[in-house]
Amino acid sequence: MTFRSIKSLLVKTFSVFSLLLATQAFAGENHTPATTQAGAVAPVADEAHGAKKEGDFNVTETILEHIKDDHSWHMWGHVSIHLPVILKTSKGFEVFSSEKLVDEHHEPAVYKGNFDYKLMEGKIKIVDAAGNIDEDASKQLWDFSITKNVASLFVSVFILLVVLLSAAAAYKKTGVKSAPKGLQSFMEPIILFVRDEVAIPNIGAKKAGKYMPFLLTIFFLILINNFLGLIPFFPGGANVSGNIAFTMTLAVFVFIVVNVSANKSYWEHIFWMPGMHWSMKLFLAPIELIGVFTKPISLMIRLFANITAGHILVLSLICLIFIFKTVFASAIAVPFAVFIGMIELLVAFLQAFIFTMLAAMYIGMATEEHHHDAHGEAAHH
Amino acid sequence: MLLEINPLVLPDIGLVFWNTVAFLLLLVVLGKFAWKPILQAINDREQGIEDALAKADKMKSELAAMQSENEALLAKAREERATLIKEAKETADKMVADAKEKAKAQYDAIVADAQVAINQQKNAALTDVKNQVGALVIEVAEKVLHKELSNKAAQESYINELAEGVKLN
Repeated sequence: MTFRSIKSLLVKTFSVFSLLLATQAFAGENHTPATTQAGAVAPVADEAHGAKKEGDFNVTETILEHIKDDHSWHMWGHVSIHLPVILKTSKGFEVFSSEKLVDEHHEPAVYKGNFDYKLMEGKIKIVDAAGNIDEDASKQLWDFSITKNVASLFVSVFILLVVLLSAAAAYKKTGVKSAPKGLQSFMEPIILFVRDEVAIPNIGAKKAGKYMPFLLTIFFLILINNFLGLIPFFPGGANVSGNIAFTMTLAVFVFIVVNVSANKSYWEHIFWMPGMHWSMKLFLAPIELIGVFTKPISLMIRLFANITAGHILVLSLICLIFIFKTVFASAIAVPFAVFIGMIELLVAFLQAFIFTMLAAMYIGMATEEHHHDAHGEAAHH
Repeated sequence: MLLEINPLVLPDIGLVFWNTVAFLLLLVVLGKFAWKPILQAINDREQGIEDALAKADKMKSELAAMQSENEALLAKAREERATLIKEAKETADKMVADAKEKAKAQYDAIVADAQVAINQQKNAALTDVKNQVGALVIEVAEKVLHKELSNKAAQESYINELAEGVKLN
């Protein structure tokens, strides 16, 4: 099991990196604005598009379009929710609807607020009168918009709050003596799984209780976002847990918790490895110090790469239909997409588990009591 | 820059900000109102189960102790019964033997007494018979002698005869 998951992890990481390289390679020829979203009207007036036929289809762009964040949440056909844009510039905060950033053809349009804003490759930039990006002004632009991912994140927070608070209420209502029922009995094994398989083996029974709320929150937040990401339509469809910002934030929290709770012996093992020759100590210190940072970075990349790779796989399979331009391709594409979707269900759980388990492991390493300085520790307490 | 290869690996400040807010909100709210009561309840239940199990174990061992005690009691009772029966049997045997012995002794005594009485009576009877025979003999002898010695001659012959007998002695 473990071997297979590592293997799939490798495959996915590789596929993501090859995709990154591929987009770089394509970058030279693709000047088409991001408009080929399914159901969107094909653009008419565009120099780069002029040469191409209306039915032209760029797989890479379509897939990236679906994976990337967006200022509007596409629901069906021509209907999408226009999410609010919140900008912080040198002239202060500014809030407006993202509807104003696109024209009636779903093409990026200039919105004149404190500055002239325009969507450039999905990101809001400040443009000058000629329509070119004003780099200096754009550097001072902070985009706090409620994007598709943020909205999806809020949905997941709402679901988590409703589900878990009602599960907690059930404990209060039915008491301890009766067996869990309904939602409560669905959540309890997962909570117990996190406690007995993740927290206690890695941190130890004595200290695990302190970190349980943190680990449980991380686990459920990743899990719900992984699952929501698998739903192809509203209220899913966003790629929150496959977004580097999301995984980075969680990894930073893990980094903070690990280093704040780290004890003396942990730092000693990093800067001055006990039981080694002094030359080895000097040699190991920078390596261990790098390790402090690579641990959360590996958490960040692992989750991002796995979830993104899963989305890319499913989208690629669906795109086969458009590549072959025949509906019969769906005979192969759809079963395969369903198959990958099944695997993604497993991955959704597995990645939440792995992230939480590694976080617990790092915390466990940081709080572990070593025997050779147990005396010093005991004297302090 | 490496990070500018693809916007996919370029974190948006907006999502970082909102995710931080969302995560902290979840951590605080869930930590206070969900994880704490749930984990507490689970712990309480586990503690309860553990206690119940320990109690059941204790009861079981107690029951086993009681059972072994009962068995010991039963064995003891059985032993006692066996001894009692044995003793009773012995007593009964002894009583029977004693009775037998006593009966025999009595019988012997009775028989002996009877024999003594019989002998006595026999002797008495014999003596009586002897006396009677003696008397009869004397009477007969008297009568005979009386008849024979009624004449003088006969008396003298007889005396002579006797006298001759004395000489022989």
